[in-house]
Amino acid sequence: MNVPIRRVASLVLLMIVALMVSTTVIQYFHAGTLDADGRNKRATYDEYGRFRGPIIIAGDPVASSTPVDDPYGYQRKYADGKMNAAVTGFFSIVNGTSGLERTENDYLNGTADDLWFDRLTSLFTGAQPQGSSVELTIDPKAQKAAWDALGDQRGAVVAIEPSTGKILALVSKPSYDPNDLATHDYAAANEAYQALVSPDNDQRPLINRAIGGDQYPPGSTFKLITSAAALQSGDYTPETVIPAPTTYTLPGTSTVTENYGGEVCSPTGEQTLADALRMSCNTAFEGLGVKLGDDALRDQAEAFGFDQKLSIPLTVTPSRFPPDDDKGASSPARTALSAIGQGDVRATPLQMAMVSAAIANDGTLMSPELVQTVRNPDLDVVSQMSPKKLGRPISTATAGDLTSMMENVVENGTGTTAQMPGIKVAGKTGTAETGVDGESPHAWFTSFAPADDPQVAVAVVVEHGGSAGSEATGGRVAAPVAKAVMQAVIDG
Amino acid sequence: MSTVEPVVRRPMRGKELVLLVLALALGIGAFANVALRTLGELPEDFYVYSAVWAGLALVAHVVLRIRAPFADQVLLPVAVALNGIGLAAIYRYDVARHLQDRSSDLARGQLTMSALAIVLACVLVFVLRDHRALRRTTYTAMILGLLLILLPLVPHIGTSINGAQIWIRVAGFSFQPAEVAKIVLAVFFAGYLVTNRDTLALAGRKVLGLQLPRLRDLGPILLVWAASLGVLVFENDLGTSILFFGLFVAMLYVATERFSWVVLGVGLLAAAAVFAATTVPHVQQRVEAWLHPFDDAVYNQTPGGSGQLVQGLFAMANGGLFGTGWGNDYPLLTPYSYSDFIYTMLGEQLGLTGLLGILALYILFVERGLRTALGVRDGFGKLLACGLAFTVALQLFVVVGGITRIIPLTGLTLPFVAQGGSSVLANWLIVALLLRVSDNARRPSALPVRGTVGKGGIVASVGAPQVLEAVDSAGEPDVAPAAAPIRVGAGEPRPARAVGSAGADDAGTQLTEVVRPGGGPLPSGGPPVPPPPAPPERPDRHPVDEPGEPQQRDQPDQPERADDDEEGRA
Repeated sequence: MNVPIRRVASLVLLMIVALMVSTTVIQYFHAGTLDADGRNKRATYDEYGRFRGPIIIAGDPVASSTPVDDPYGYQRKYADGKMNAAVTGFFSIVNGTSGLERTENDYLNGTADDLWFDRLTSLFTGAQPQGSSVELTIDPKAQKAAWDALGDQRGAVVAIEPSTGKILALVSKPSYDPNDLATHDYAAANEAYQALVSPDNDQRPLINRAIGGDQYPPGSTFKLITSAAALQSGDYTPETVIPAPTTYTLPGTSTVTENYGGEVCSPTGEQTLADALRMSCNTAFEGLGVKLGDDALRDQAEAFGFDQKLSIPLTVTPSRFPPDDDKGASSPARTALSAIGQGDVRATPLQMAMVSAAIANDGTLMSPELVQTVRNPDLDVVSQMSPKKLGRPISTATAGDLTSMMENVVENGTGTTAQMPGIKVAGKTGTAETGVDGESPHAWFTSFAPADDPQVAVAVVVEHGGSAGSEATGGRVAAPVAKAVMQAVIDG
Repeated sequence: MSTVEPVVRRPMRGKELVLLVLALALGIGAFANVALRTLGELPEDFYVYSAVWAGLALVAHVVLRIRAPFADQVLLPVAVALNGIGLAAIYRYDVARHLQDRSSDLARGQLTMSALAIVLACVLVFVLRDHRALRRTTYTAMILGLLLILLPLVPHIGTSINGAQIWIRVAGFSFQPAEVAKIVLAVFFAGYLVTNRDTLALAGRKVLGLQLPRLRDLGPILLVWAASLGVLVFENDLGTSILFFGLFVAMLYVATERFSWVVLGVGLLAAAAVFAATTVPHVQQRVEAWLHPFDDAVYNQTPGGSGQLVQGLFAMANGGLFGTGWGNDYPLLTPYSYSDFIYTMLGEQLGLTGLLGILALYILFVERGLRTALGVRDGFGKLLACGLAFTVALQLFVVVGGITRIIPLTGLTLPFVAQGGSSVLANWLIVALLLRVSDNARRPSALPVRGTVGKGGIVASVGAPQVLEAVDSAGEPDVAPAAAPIRVGAGEPRPARAVGSAGADDAGTQLTEVVRPGGGPLPSGGPPVPPPPAPPERPDRHPVDEPGEPQQRDQPDQPERADDDEEGRA
């Protein structure tokens, strides 16, 4: 029987060697594909199981990981979740990530290239790799003021420090609580998410209105850009008298446009550029825009940041000035509407805040930034924000002229509700028709203060006039919000 | 030719002790690693459990020293190593569950069962002084085997777990009788085949060049085979039927040396496989999951989809070359990662390196078992050892082959490693039987050692020390089962005492270990002592099989060689 036993021995050896080969194929040759399979939750668990660095506003963590006893190891928690959601976004096992949680993920989870030294150290010390903390430029008082001032109204607020581009406040309403999405309870997290994205939920709280979404027609706040284009052309000064008729028929059409409430800008039918801005005279700016031309307006808008990609590091949806294409977009009628921020012009609140900030900063536009400092777990600085110039849309002289014109708007124009005792405020209102019959206009206000030593530039939009509804104007609804934010920053 | 007669001293089994320490270090080290990595500290009872584990292994070692001093010195350490690794992996699963506030106490249960299994194995080695005693239980084994297989189908006792009706539940304890049935069946096959091998091999007509056996010779085997396969189809347990079938074919082949049996067996298996794969729904699902595991439809199908298989593959992939290390894995992602899929859990933590090491341990174990089969002198022992070793190898292949997609997935446990009391118990009984057989295989024989008897001229008779007295059956029934042979199955063609010399039935004899003092050492763990040329005492059984044999010599004073029908080929 020994011969067959030997044969059995060979067969057994062959069988086990076959197992060795198949095991090698899986663990070596197929490992990459298997690791990358979407149904393999290990990558997610690795991600979620690591200690994730906090997101910090003025020393207080607004998003932080606390150890919990479940397979993920850490639960992400948000302080003042709703208020800061537009900044932090959420970090959810079930629903993915958004906001800074997404854009700063590499730092927060400790896998960023800059952190190679920390990873190397932890490899040798055996310590678990830890994420870095991300400190924001947000001013908690400004953020709170913006959040409170908006109240129950839909809309968004952005505040920028003009000299550096630091974003001091960024709020979008309605908001959501990221804690609801970040829970490890799968069903609850999923339900919370479905409720937010449900077609029945016309609030669309996940949309960050401050920097994205469908954006808004900027309305009369765009007249700052039209004015800038005029001043930059060298053919105009604030005192240049321009036509300001009671009605304006769009060139090449029979469409008659008028001023807000049908009011008369000037009994003489003409007024200075400064007055036109102070009163926000539509007919005057329509004519001015057509005279300057579509290209001049577009160039000026783009110099302020329209049609430019921007990352703060949240990805900002570029504001749009109608492109110069063959579809008649640049017809004089279109240009006339664009000049008053109607028609196809769309802007984010951030974009309009950048316009004010550039004017406040003597014509230099600083790159807006949300992240101040990144520190590794040992609190060593990994990356530090340094103010960057984004461009120079207007000259110092133009900036000075525009500042005085905007001060006039607040002193005795459409934006008097933004006045602050003892502080000079420069601002511009906007009341933007949505283009849909029966819808109340969006109320805008963009401003900066103090006008002689700007510390903060703000843009506010209140959707559909907010609580004021059809009676809303930028001055009535949006300006008080801007005022509250500016006050908060200046009071420190 | 030297006539020096060295005298054997009982081996001290030092090699086994050293290997045992390594094996214990492997398991206990893994235990500590898991605890430190996941809990940050050793659990309270760490030292108690470790001491229990080490104590069990040492008790087994001491029992072997006393009762089976010549037994193979590698089998026990390999079994302890595999069992220890398995315990650590199961503990890892428990910890993962606890960290989720969910209960799981599998490791403690597994340790208890392992302890029980090792104790029973020790008892078996202690009580069973000669494996040939088992031969007398051939037909008892057949009936017991059939009963064990049928038990899960009995109402009230049998339980269905996860679709497989292979469990019995008595007094709160559940048990998988098929695990033990494979041992009992191996005993039956060995006993039956060693008696009937010649008629199976030679009597019967040739059809298409295949020697077909006579139906009446096949009767008992067909009964068991049909019962096992048929019932296992009803019990829905594919893996166990493949295991029984493979065991049966392999032992038949070894007994008859007819390759035609293998052709026939594999042919039958292939036919059955094709039939099942095309008609039995749950087998169809298995095949589909084997061929297209990554298809979303197959993956998401429940039950019967490939979800578990794919999750297991993910675990192995995550392990990569060197593994995540103990405790750094995700044991909860793969269903049954502590039992059916423990191979993937180990693959994740220990990586390819670890799995190759574990497979190497199995090679070591199985090849040692087969070497025992080669070395032992009696045909029953050869068949039994070969059958048992092959079961372990085949079970390993079916489990790991299913997980690594060589064959469709079936539910079997990884021997020694996977959680499951029945499985651990059965595998430790296999260890005990292999050790017992190997002790007999290596035990110096009292018989004159063959020098020049074979075909090839002189064979040096190194290690031919003869220290053992043969005790006649009539003289001293040294071992309990040695008396009164059990005769089950009347009318079997077994010649028993009617043929040959006194004590033709080996059961009546017993070797006692009388060591001649002052003798030279026997190289322990070395090659087995060449079997002596004991003649077949039943000439009718070897008409062709042993052409080179010397003519029958009557050796009434050496009855223990009764079954030694292999010496011409050793």
